[in-house]
Amino acid sequence: MSEDIVARIEANPKYHELVHKRNSFGITLSILMIIAYYGYILLIAFNKEWLGTKLGAGMVTSVGIPLGVGVIVFTIIVTNIYVRRANTEFDDLNAEILREANKK
Amino acid sequence: MTKSTRSLIGLGLGLFAAGGVLAAGADLGNTTKQATNWVAIAMFVVFVLITLGITRWAAMKTKTAADFYTAGGGITGFQNGLAIAGDYMSAASFLGISGLVFANGFDGLIFSIGWLVGWPVITFLMAERLRNLGKFTFADVASYRFAQTPTRTFAAIGTLVVVAFYMIAQMVGAGQLIKVLFGLEYIYAVMIVGVLMMCYVLFGGMTATTWVQIIKAIMLLCGASFMALAVLWQFNFNPEALFAKAVEVHSKHDAIMSPGVLIKDPVSAISVGMALMFGTAGLPHILMRFFTVPSAKDARKSVGWATTWIGYFYILTFIIGFGAIVMLTQDPAAYYVPKMVDGVQAVGADGKPVWDGLRGGGNMAAIHLSNAVGGNVFLGFISAVAFATILAVVSGLTLSGASAVSHDLYATVFKHGNADSASELRVSKITTIFLGIIAVGLGIAFEKENVAYMVMLAFVIACSANFPILFMSVLWKDCTTKGAVAGGVVGLISSVVLTILSASVWEAVMHNPKGSAWFPYSSPAIFSMTAAFVVIYVVSKLDNSKQAQLERSLYPAQKVRSETGFGASSASGH
Repeated sequence: MSEDIVARIEANPKYHELVHKRNSFGITLSILMIIAYYGYILLIAFNKEWLGTKLGAGMVTSVGIPLGVGVIVFTIIVTNIYVRRANTEFDDLNAEILREANKK
Repeated sequence: MTKSTRSLIGLGLGLFAAGGVLAAGADLGNTTKQATNWVAIAMFVVFVLITLGITRWAAMKTKTAADFYTAGGGITGFQNGLAIAGDYMSAASFLGISGLVFANGFDGLIFSIGWLVGWPVITFLMAERLRNLGKFTFADVASYRFAQTPTRTFAAIGTLVVVAFYMIAQMVGAGQLIKVLFGLEYIYAVMIVGVLMMCYVLFGGMTATTWVQIIKAIMLLCGASFMALAVLWQFNFNPEALFAKAVEVHSKHDAIMSPGVLIKDPVSAISVGMALMFGTAGLPHILMRFFTVPSAKDARKSVGWATTWIGYFYILTFIIGFGAIVMLTQDPAAYYVPKMVDGVQAVGADGKPVWDGLRGGGNMAAIHLSNAVGGNVFLGFISAVAFATILAVVSGLTLSGASAVSHDLYATVFKHGNADSASELRVSKITTIFLGIIAVGLGIAFEKENVAYMVMLAFVIACSANFPILFMSVLWKDCTTKGAVAGGVVGLISSVVLTILSASVWEAVMHNPKGSAWFPYSSPAIFSMTAAFVVIYVVSKLDNSKQAQLERSLYPAQKVRSETGFGASSASGH
């Protein structure tokens, strides 16, 4: 019986839509995260001077500090963007797929 | 990377074991016992009484194996998020990172970021799939469509090895830290940690462990927030003013505003980054937390909250480190060790007395700052928080190790899935006692050893053995048992061997001459993790056995379950 349901889920185009949408969203955000993190690390490895540049004349705060805190804030934001979209839009679609599979 | 660079990494990554590079006597192993701090002890006793009360309540609810492993799946997403944060924000990250900021400024930030970036990876790739496929341990997920005995056995070994290295670092750190904070002997400190951790896990299982972690996370977040606010308040919430003052008083002056010695060669930088990023997604005690929530939705919520709290906490440690630079120099006599020459304190060219490093070592920056902003009572509170932090982390580790033995090895491999809940629960409790004794034993055995590399090694093994198996078995249809186990074994062995051959063990632990280490980078992850993935791919591709065909044919059903949650283990865990 549960195999039937699995087969029905697989046959439902909405299932493939869900998998495609959610996975490509997850992969896009992963790539953004990897660029942000390794970009920052490589910047430190190759261009320390620029990161040490002052934000403005007479200031001590360097470019690297807001940028680094920015990577932390960015991490928090992308994670929560994913969670929000997955828990609303994707989960609604998911519930629909399960409902349809159980109904027939 | 130079020796001092590696020592810096050791400080951030390991527990309190970096050599005297940052400040004289930064190695807590060399510090003498401090005077007994009664306020700190009283605060800690209150924490212990509360958590033991919770354990008693949890014990009444812990009747089945499912209760023991996953608190019956009844933890909410928000609670689990806090518990994950409590599991992850170790004393190393609190004291180690703020100490690193205190010593070097900017470089501490690089570590904070590294420790955080694993969380989005878990969120995007693992959290909901873990919840949908698993029941009690990550081996449930990895072995979902595979031959149980080899996959489970390997996953259990992967779990126990990671737990062992992580645990040793925590126990040694606990002993050294408590010696300094509470003025207790090392051996008593290690035994107190062992006994309390055993009580929580043995009687209260996952419910008690979760609440210990939640309470600790709240205490740590409140304490750290208060310190950061107190620092910022002094500078009218203007970070520029704080940095300006720090640059003025710090011995390295403007150098603390830009990246220093931490990252030299790009290969090491990326390799360390990979270990942190993907290792987080292979830590068994963290993965296990995803089975405590009722659904994939809650699993996502947990990781969203966990990332938020952990990220916020790392921003706080950065402010705390700078606060310590500014505030501790205002009263050096209280916080620094005088630099002695011929029995009297040395006097500099400017006629001012000369000070050596911080009292108690470089990792004490946050602790001293708590005294500077909140007096002795707040110092006691933060010291108690640091102790509670270690307890929460070791409890999670023990529970994870006990589950690997009872659920993966005993119930599945040894009893072929025919063990009843009562006997499985009994085995997990016996294992907990054993692990507690072993942890105390190892803590005592490694007292004088350099354990800085161990947390990093745990991360490297997690990212090179556990993570590739999980990732490939869940996301790649052609993956087979043989491929997964072969890749995992290669990842595990190469992590350990390359770590031994690197300077952090070859030179720092085995005392071979400087520069003689065969492996030149700070972390093997870039090689060991790649090797694991390649071996999984090649062996799976070459595997055309009946078993392999069966495993591939099971993939579509596994995928439906991992993506939609259809058939997922229910909230009650049965």
